[in-house]
Parts: sequence; structure tokens; C-alpha cells
Amino acid sequence: MSLAQPQSVAEIKARNKELIAEVLKVYPEKTAKRRAKHLNVHESGKSDCGVKSNIKSIPGVMTIRGCAYAGSKGVVWGPIKDMIHISHGPVGCGQYSWAARRNYYIGTTGIDTFVTMQFTSDFQEKDIVFGGDKKLAKIMDEIQELFPLNNGITVQSECPIGLIGDDIEAVSKAKSKEYDNKTIVPVRCEGFRGVSQSLGHHIANDAIRDWVFDKMDPNAAPRFEPSPYDVAIIGDYNIGGDAWSSRILLEEMGLRVIAQWSGDGSLAELEATPKAKLNVLHCYRSMNYISRHMEEKFGIPWCEYNFFGPSKIAESLRKIAGYFDDKIKEGAERVIAKYQPLMDAVIAKFRPRLEGKTVMLYVGGLRPRHVIGAYEDLGMEVVGTGYEFGHNDDYQRTAQHYVKDGTIIYDDVTGYEFEKFVEKIQPDLVGSGIKEKYVFQKMGVPFRQMHSWDYSGPYHGYDGFAIFARDMDMAINSPVWKMTKAPWKQAPAQPGLLAAE
Amino acid sequence: MPQNADNVLDHFELFRGPEYQQMLANKKKLFENPRDPAEVERVREWAKTPEYKELNFAREALTVNPAKACQPLGAVFAAVGFEETIPFVHGSQGCVAYYRSHFSRHFKEPSSCVSSSMTEDAAVFGGLNNMIDGLANTYNMYKPKMISVSTTCMAEVIGDDLNAFIKTAKEKGSVPQEYDVPFAHTPAFVGSHITGYDNVLKGIFEHFWDGKAGTAPKLERVPNEKINFIGGFDGYTVGNLREIKRLFNVMGVDYTILADNSEVWDTPTDGEFRMYDGGTTLEEAANALHAKATISMQEYCTEKTLPLIANHGQEVVAFNHPVGVKGTDEFLMAVSRITGKEIPEELARERGRLVDAIADSNAHIHGKKFAIYGDPDLCLGLAGFLLELGAEPTHVLATNGNQKWADKVQKLFDSSPFGQNCHVYPGRDLWHMRSLLFTEPVDFLIGNTYGKYLERDTGTPLIRIGFPVFDRHHHHRYPVWGYQGGMNVLVWILDKIFDTIDQNTIVPAKTDYSFDIIR
Repeated sequence: MSLAQPQSVAEIKARNKELIAEVLKVYPEKTAKRRAKHLNVHESGKSDCGVKSNIKSIPGVMTIRGCAYAGSKGVVWGPIKDMIHISHGPVGCGQYSWAARRNYYIGTTGIDTFVTMQFTSDFQEKDIVFGGDKKLAKIMDEIQELFPLNNGITVQSECPIGLIGDDIEAVSKAKSKEYDNKTIVPVRCEGFRGVSQSLGHHIANDAIRDWVFDKMDPNAAPRFEPSPYDVAIIGDYNIGGDAWSSRILLEEMGLRVIAQWSGDGSLAELEATPKAKLNVLHCYRSMNYISRHMEEKFGIPWCEYNFFGPSKIAESLRKIAGYFDDKIKEGAERVIAKYQPLMDAVIAKFRPRLEGKTVMLYVGGLRPRHVIGAYEDLGMEVVGTGYEFGHNDDYQRTAQHYVKDGTIIYDDVTGYEFEKFVEKIQPDLVGSGIKEKYVFQKMGVPFRQMHSWDYSGPYHGYDGFAIFARDMDMAINSPVWKMTKAPWKQAPAQPGLLAAE
Repeated sequence: MPQNADNVLDHFELFRGPEYQQMLANKKKLFENPRDPAEVERVREWAKTPEYKELNFAREALTVNPAKACQPLGAVFAAVGFEETIPFVHGSQGCVAYYRSHFSRHFKEPSSCVSSSMTEDAAVFGGLNNMIDGLANTYNMYKPKMISVSTTCMAEVIGDDLNAFIKTAKEKGSVPQEYDVPFAHTPAFVGSHITGYDNVLKGIFEHFWDGKAGTAPKLERVPNEKINFIGGFDGYTVGNLREIKRLFNVMGVDYTILADNSEVWDTPTDGEFRMYDGGTTLEEAANALHAKATISMQEYCTEKTLPLIANHGQEVVAFNHPVGVKGTDEFLMAVSRITGKEIPEELARERGRLVDAIADSNAHIHGKKFAIYGDPDLCLGLAGFLLELGAEPTHVLATNGNQKWADKVQKLFDSSPFGQNCHVYPGRDLWHMRSLLFTEPVDFLIGNTYGKYLERDTGTPLIRIGFPVFDRHHHHRYPVWGYQGGMNVLVWILDKIFDTIDQNTIVPAKTDYSFDIIR
């Protein structure tokens, strides 16, 4: 660290409060008042982080958030690999989200698997004027003809659908009937609904409830013999293979994973999930809704877990095992013991290179809290965090289980705020998204994308932690950060913003 | 356990080990309700047939893997080309997150842009308040010199009137009365990203030249000797605009680059984040009215802008993304004719070097068949270059190309013996291209990153030229225009040809011959 930094918690709190006051000065009065509610310095012992959340973003401030369509097509539905997801509306939404999220899968793309394809109704002016229902029906016919091995279709609504009064439900029902009760799911995830991706997750969850679960034949023969150890992974999108490096641990401890929601998932897995004995929930934010529904309707308990870093993984394996008998409990201990030498070796190698380094996060879903433990396993400290589309229950979990006293909290941060916070706090690493990455790298601050793992991964599970540790080390200790200042411009008295030594 | 602290395996290798392979096989067998592999194979083979192609080309409603984006993306591309200008997109906020991500993934640069964040209430009552608050916030926070307003489909469907909204916002004090807020309606359901580029550019010139939406006197044109240059929507804008400036400087031409985003998408990493950098100054944008002529490098990106400029009394000249010798010759001769400046010997030598390179290498390209897809102008430019290399641009496809464009491509085919067996496909997508590559195979494919799926499925080696290119780095820093740019394109094509030859001859004790050290 080159500049003098506050040392005591009291100093840090005072600095952070001052910083918040300072950024608020840039706003017009009304906006400052609204933004003030989303920024805070965490006080330990409080039940939440003291910020308002899940509120409309303010126009013109450069929010980092996306929309309901992104939450449904991009997050929940898109990874279901054997169904065709129609981006229904103009061409853009499907184009920008086309294969952008690295939800890994195995399958014959274009034949029985369709994740990395962009199916769109490519709305033209006449579709807006006369409605798109007929076109949608025709699209479904063409899909059936050209992609006969698809196991289902979803309609991912873009903004115009809800505005022009199309009846995608009627089209879906009619076509489902025509095609032998084929699963066809209309999703009302128009981008203008709600305040962020979050409502899109909820709408997508509800669509599974209404158009998959409620349409299933209760008398259909099960596709497999149930076992007492059947679980479903809920809320893992298999980014870089995350769900796979999680699944392997659950199976090694003796459980049987009957479904993945939704990374590398299939319609059959969605349909099988009501047979699970336990739903294990990684991304609470995007899939708590369906977990609660399955608890109420089918009596399936659900259990949140965290597979980032050995401390949280061990804690989670034991927590999950707690729902089962001694065989599974022993299995959990066996798995923890098996990977202990690997974890010791990873920490022995990387911790000395990362000890004491500070991190600021700004991500979505579960990561603003879930990855904190993994950083701490490496001796690093998260000094600021915030959610793109979190709700108060996320901030409660964050406050009660994760963040330290004095951590600066920023909800739905604006481009301006984030830049100023990083400039002043000078963390050794920022973990956020593609839109933020180059802003901070220009400033000379090491950065990792914590949505896409910067095209690396997996980061979940024990195998993933080794990769996480390697990647954080390569970001922070890359020689490039020593070259950001031209040598003839370096004044010894005033070193650059950040020289990660 | 395959993982190892000393040799950390990530997704490239981790999942290839027996532990994961067994796990994935079990998952598929027990839980995915997989299709019969024989049936998958049957359909996979069927999808390669002329019969499937016929069904595929009979599609009327469904679009699969299109090679185009929506108007608002082009709107942002154009807006950031002006000095300290922030694009303000009126409509749903998710769109802006997408444009920013899209550009950042291509240029590996920050992309600043704001949204008016309209939600359900705005859908009902209109987005006026979003405009009023949004302009005030953006103005105060990011201190732009200009805010360029465009729209998403949401704002267009509900019929928000930008002109009226901006007026009202000014009356409410969001920004000063005289502050520059040009605007353009850019509905996503009309045209494509190149249309959005065109609309914003036109909107900006109308603003500066025609009285700033009734708030200032119209500018009177006082012709001078300068020329304006418009690049169009271009994934190589960074390299290309710098090359164009160099060419103009070498020729001694007095010029203005309009919508010059070559700096803002190529800022240094030196400890400072530059939200704004470079760009056409607002003064230059206004004074562009007085220029002698305007050259557009991409006709289909300036279909409305050029007539506007022509109506103000300038000569306008449009090219179709010229690549290679002939295209560059015509471009330079047009510049020379308009400005009266001679083409200096230095450029004649550059030309000679490109011809020299083609002479050295054309034997490897001659007679090879290529499929090309991309924006209409890029397709024309590349097809023209291939023809002069003695190659055949067998399939030329633009999802956002129309019949007029197709006629132009056909005319180009007709102009060369190498174009005799070539076909043009306006309005088609990459799933159509997939059928073509199976039923009428070619040697190489030229297109953007998404072509890698075609490469995987059909085995046609992909040469990445176009937008977006997400999975190769830094090519946008190289020009494809000018003789130097032609050289770059030639080398990229040759590299792929040689790599492919080497890959096909690399098996020891089997293809030892042809695995040559000198080519």
C-alpha cells in the first residue's frame, strides 16, 4: 500500500463515512437523498447492513443492473440445455446475451442441445403494430420441424410483448396441445418489469412452477428408482463447470444428485426434482422461490450452502449431511479429510502471496457474501461489498455471517460511486463484472470478473478453490501492475495510485 | 483426485479426467432422459442434407443465430465518438447493461453509457420523469459536454417523444437551456445496429446545423476546403480511424473525422480511468457543415445521414468498407479528386508493397472458396478483396442486408471471373449459413466470433474478421483499411491457410510429405 491508510476499525469507519458523504455531494439533492439510503458502513452486531435494497434504480446514474429478461433467459432458463428458449421480441436482447454466460453443458448443440444458440422472433415494425402471436405460433412450428429433438420450448418475453398485449400464454397452450402436451413455457419477463434481474428470477421460478410442475402427470412412472439420498442442486449455473465441481463432492459423500438447476440442466431433471429428499440451494437470490414452493407443496426441505473456499465448504458439507443419516455424515467427514491435503497445499502455496491483501466486491446473486470466506481462507480481507440486485434478506445474511465491522456497503452502486470508493480505499483487488473490469484496470487496480470467473473456473468446490487461489494470485501479483507508470514520470514522493507489491 | 496445488487444473483439463467423465456419463444416463444416440446421430446427419437445407431456407418466422444487433447498440457506438459525450438511452435499463458489456467484451475497454431506467410505471405514464431526473443526474455526475439521447424499443412502443421530453427537461432545469442534447429515435424493431448508428449521426448533425431543435438559429453554410470522414459502425474503428488519419496527413488533407471513437476505446493503462477521451469536438461537429464534401466509408451505415449532408450543399461520396488494392485506390483517388491533393509517392509505394505481398502469396489463395458473413458493407469490401486475390467469395451473407445490397454484391460477382459461381444471401442468418457450408462446402469461413460454432459443426476453418470478436484479443487495434489494412487482412487469411495446411499434414509416419518448412 502506497498511501497512508487508516488502521483501526474506528479510523476505517470514519474514513468510509466521510467517503460516502463525499460521493453524495455530486448528486442533485433529491438523488443524493435517495442514494444515501443505499450506502452504509457496517456496524457489527447489526442484523442487516443498514441499506435499502431492491428499489428502482435512479435514471441517468449509470447503474450496473440488468433487467428481468436477463434474470429469466440469461440466468434461470437459458442453461436448461434440451429446451429451446425463444428471445421473443427484437433481435438485440438475445444477441447480447448469446452464449455470454458460459453455462457449461455436454450435448450435441443444434441437434439435442441448444444453450449456445440464439433463437429470436426478430420483431419488425409490423409485429409491433399487428401483434406477434401468429409469428410466435409459426416459430414453434418451424422449431418442431427443424429441431425435432428439442424437449420443450420457452418464450422469453422482451419489453414489447407486455406492451402490445400479446397473449403468449394462449399460443403456448394451443401449441402444447397440438404437439402432444409438449412442455411449452411462456415467461413474462419483459425487461421493464421490476427493478433489476431479480424479478426475472422470480418470474422464471414461477413459470417452472406453473408450466412444468403443474403440467406433470402425477401418475407417470418415475424415470429412476428413488433413493433415500436423492438431492437436487438448486441455484448453480455451472459457470466454468461450478455445478460439476460441486456435484462431485455431494456424490463422494454418498448423496445422489438427481437434478441440477439450471447449469447443465435438462427438463427431465426439473421434473424429477419434486422427488428429492433435500434441495441444496447455492444461489439463494435467484432460486429461493422455487425452493420454498417445493417445501410447501412437496414437503422437501431446503438448505443453503456455500462451496467457496475450504472453510465454508466443510461447514456446508456438514450442514447438508445433518439432514441425513450417519452414513452421509461419515461421508462428509471422509470428503473433508480427503481434500484436506490439497487445501493445505493450495493455502501453503498461495496464502503467503496474498496475506493481508484487501478486496472490494460488487457482484450479483450470492457472491457479494459467499466468496468472502474463500478470500479469508487465503488471508485476504474484504473491505467493501454490495449487491447488484440483492434484497434485505441478502443483506441480513451478509451482516450476520460474513462482513466485518466497518466494511463499506453499497447497494446498486453507480459507476461514479464505485470509482470514487476504489480510488480512495485503494484495495489490492476488485471483484466485479465486465463493465467494471477495464475501469479499474486502467486505474492500475488488479481485477477479476466475479460473474464469469474471467473465463476461468470452476471456482466452486475443492477443485474450484485451487483455481480461485491461483487466479487471485495471478491478478494481484501480475508484473503488469508495476509498469503502469512510465519510469520517467514516477516521482518517488508521490507513487502511483496503487502499486501492488 | 486430479487437482494439484503445483499444477492447478482449470476447466480446460479438470473435467477430462475419469472422475468427472464418469460422473457426467452417469448424470446423463440416469437423469437427463437422453435421446437415443442413434437418433441424435440420424438427425445430426439429416441436418447436413440438401433436404434439410430446403426446409431451413423455407423458414418464415424463426431467426436462428442472426448476424446483427439492434439499433440502440449502433446509437451508442456513434455517440461515444464525440468529445466528452455520454450516450443516454431512454427506456429499460437492462439494454444499457447489454450494450456496455457487448462493447467491453469486444474492445476490452470500459464503455460508459447511461439509461433512464424506465419500469412499469413509466410504461403506463410515459418516461418523462425518467428523462427529467436522468438528464439532471447524468449532467451533474459525469459532467459531459454533450448528452446524446437515443431510445430502446420500450420507449418506442409507448411512443415517448424525445423532442418534447428534452424540451420539458430543460424547462425544469435538468440541464441548461443552451446545453447540447441531440436525440434520435432508434427503435430496435427497425433495421439493425447500423441503422442506429445512422440515426444518431443524423440527429447530431441536425442538432448542430439546423437550429438545435428550434432553440438556436440555423447555421449558414460557408464552404471551406475541408472534408468530413465517417467510418460507420466498425469493429476495427480504433485501428482504422488512426490509419485514415495517417493517410490524410500524408496527403496533406484538411479533414474532420466525424464520430471518432478511436481514442475512447483505446485508452492507456497508466493509473487513470478516462471516461472520455478524444472524439470529434462539438465545434468540429458544427463546423462539419462547411466542409467541401463528406466521405462515408460504409454506405449502409449512412443511408440517412448522407442525404441530410447532401441537402446542406455538400458533395457526398459513399464506399462499401473498401479492403485491398482496388478499394483503397478508389478511396484515395476520390480523396485526391475532392481535395485537389495529389496522392504522394509514399502511398504509391505502400500500394506497391501490398501488390508485392499479394504477388508473393496469391498462389496459396487462388481458387480457394470462401464464405463471408457480416454487415453489408464489410461483406462487400471483403468480397472485393477476395476477388482481387483470385479467390471465390462463394457465399456472402448479411442478416441486415437487403435486396438492394444483394444486387450490389451480385454486380461485384459479375465483374470478375472469380465471381461466377458465387451467391449472395440477404436477410439470412447463421443457421442458413450452416446448411450452405454442408451442402456447398467452402475452404474457409470469414466472420465474427460466433462463426466458431460453424467451424465446429462443419469443419470450415474460421478467419475472424467482423464484429464482435470476443475470443481473440486486440485485432481491433489493427486497421483493415488502406494498403496497410489490406496487408493485415491478407496476413490473417494466409495465417489461417498455412495453419490449416500444417494441421492437415502433421501426423507422423502418415503425412510426413507436405509438412513443409518452406511455403
